[in-house]
Amino acid sequence: MTALPVSPWRVSMTTIRAVKAETPGVTTYDLSFDDPAAGYSFLPGQFNMLYLPGIGESAISMSSDAAEPGKLRHTVRAVGNVTRAMERLLTGDKIGVRGPFGTSWPVEQSRGNDVIVAAGGLGLAPLRPAIYHLIRHRSSYGRVTVLYGARSPADLLYTDEYEAWHSAGLDVQVTVDVGSADWQGSIGFVTTLLSRVPLEPTRTDVFTCGPEVMMRFIASGAVNRGIAAGRVFVSLERNMNCAVGLCGHCQFGSEFVCKDGPVFPFDRVRRLMHVENI
Amino acid sequence: MTDPIVGARIWLPEAALQGLIDQLRASGYEVVGPRVADGAVTLVEVTSISEMPRGVRDEQEPGKYRLTVIEGAGLFDHVVGPHSLKPYLFPPRTTVLEVLKIRDSWDARVPEPPRPKRAVIGVRSCDLHALAIQDRVFLGGQHRDPEYAARREGLFLIAVNCSRSAPTCFCVSMNTGPKVDGGADLVLTELNTGFVVEVGTEKGGEVLRGLDIRESTLAEFAEATEVPQRAASQQTRRINLATVHDTLINNLEHPRWEDVAKRCLSCANCTMVCPTCFCSTVNEVTDLAGDVTTRERVWESCFNEEHSWTGSGAAHPTTKSRYRQWLTHKLATWVDQFGSSGCVGCGRCITWCPVGIDITEEVAAIEAKGGVA
Repeated sequence: MTALPVSPWRVSMTTIRAVKAETPGVTTYDLSFDDPAAGYSFLPGQFNMLYLPGIGESAISMSSDAAEPGKLRHTVRAVGNVTRAMERLLTGDKIGVRGPFGTSWPVEQSRGNDVIVAAGGLGLAPLRPAIYHLIRHRSSYGRVTVLYGARSPADLLYTDEYEAWHSAGLDVQVTVDVGSADWQGSIGFVTTLLSRVPLEPTRTDVFTCGPEVMMRFIASGAVNRGIAAGRVFVSLERNMNCAVGLCGHCQFGSEFVCKDGPVFPFDRVRRLMHVENI
Repeated sequence: MTDPIVGARIWLPEAALQGLIDQLRASGYEVVGPRVADGAVTLVEVTSISEMPRGVRDEQEPGKYRLTVIEGAGLFDHVVGPHSLKPYLFPPRTTVLEVLKIRDSWDARVPEPPRPKRAVIGVRSCDLHALAIQDRVFLGGQHRDPEYAARREGLFLIAVNCSRSAPTCFCVSMNTGPKVDGGADLVLTELNTGFVVEVGTEKGGEVLRGLDIRESTLAEFAEATEVPQRAASQQTRRINLATVHDTLINNLEHPRWEDVAKRCLSCANCTMVCPTCFCSTVNEVTDLAGDVTTRERVWESCFNEEHSWTGSGAAHPTTKSRYRQWLTHKLATWVDQFGSSGCVGCGRCITWCPVGIDITEEVAAIEAKGGVA
């Protein structure tokens, strides 16, 4: 008898080291592996399946620095069974992890180029590992711009980090759809920021994550400004169950979003992103 | 003494088929074959040829399946029923993880999959092609399914060339039958008093040794050659395999999707009987105390709304979007993913659709008024 393939359902246990309330309904969990010998590592933009026994799994992107894989961090919106149950967890509680899965932001391929990171709402979470990478290797990249939009000032993630990103040599521009009494910043969509930012299309890569409609406008906006569609990268959200292309839940045309994505070059998914309910 | 080497054509008298079953059982195989249950020819364990559906024919039409008994008809005069090889390789329900609560933590284990030895008698060409397709899905990629691999390894296949086609069959147009063109250990063609057996593998030849066999005559072989030809000539339904990929991909907004959505019940029957559909989902099953959890993988369907659910809503919220997902995947994007169509022309989805939706008709309608991309 031949050896059987390794099961994709193996799960590693982690312990919650810290819980941080970010914005309404959004929480960041710091996790550490109970068995650090497992040798876990990930790339910016990849995701894990987070597991609560008896409740289920949820696909959540890593939002921490890939250079420090032992300090795993996930930012989660409580929206389904699993993520709502996670809301009740405290430091010291256990979360199962399968991963990492999927494709990553092409940070290596982008070396030497200008990079625009365009995020909407919770879409900043899967882009944060890319931002950390760009900062860590700052001299390897040209102009790096972070464009971030959220519904309101209260919905902005990671506000205590923007200053550090700016100090590290990133142009950080933030906007909200609707301001508040004490909001001094920009009001409008993140797509408007993109239309104003100076860029050289032949040396600029765009990484975008957010609601699908927002990514569509960012990607089309970038293409309209002369950036080739193959230099624009989007991160798609679909139902992930097995995370390895065997269960069919995440089908998007010819793509399994779990293994062919979630990060796709826009030219590969552009046509389908314009078909409703595909 | 006749030597059943690979490629040999052997005559097996009908009574000796029982010897074949006995031989396989003696070698540790569970033998599965056609057997009537609940008004249909199913694929379940058989120990004796007396349990097999002698003289049974199936009348199949869109949304219709009935059995009749014909005097003098053979053991394999039926075509395909609701079962295929799929449940034997990709079980409808299986445990992928067992989790025990231990103090404040969890001990999670992947159970060792069973490695059954199973022989299936009466597999049709379409289902052998379906098996090859599922092999590519479950074993052909970067991540391979251990349960499928374990079950695939112990499979022994005795195929049968179809002697007739149902009106729902369209394997000829899909290049998947009705004549078996490989993938089986033995291939039977049923004649009046026995079978012409083509030996496909050494393993296949091995189980014939010691049975009441002889080389088949040229006359027997010539007669056997005509059997699947007759079945092929009966087929009326077809899909244009050369053009269907582009026809569907270029017509994602075709009005026919709205039209079929008015008839489709989104019941998922087509995906359950399809021998290649592989969607599944994992359910959490816990004991009352919450100390033991098993993660059970069960068959799922792209026709269920929750299948595509995300935090932002369902990706396929309407019957239109779900039918389009199924049909475009089956006949078009499957080719992009796995290098072949996901359809083998078995016609099960047509027969077992409660409202008789016919995929060949849906494709034809889109093809006829195409170009509305």
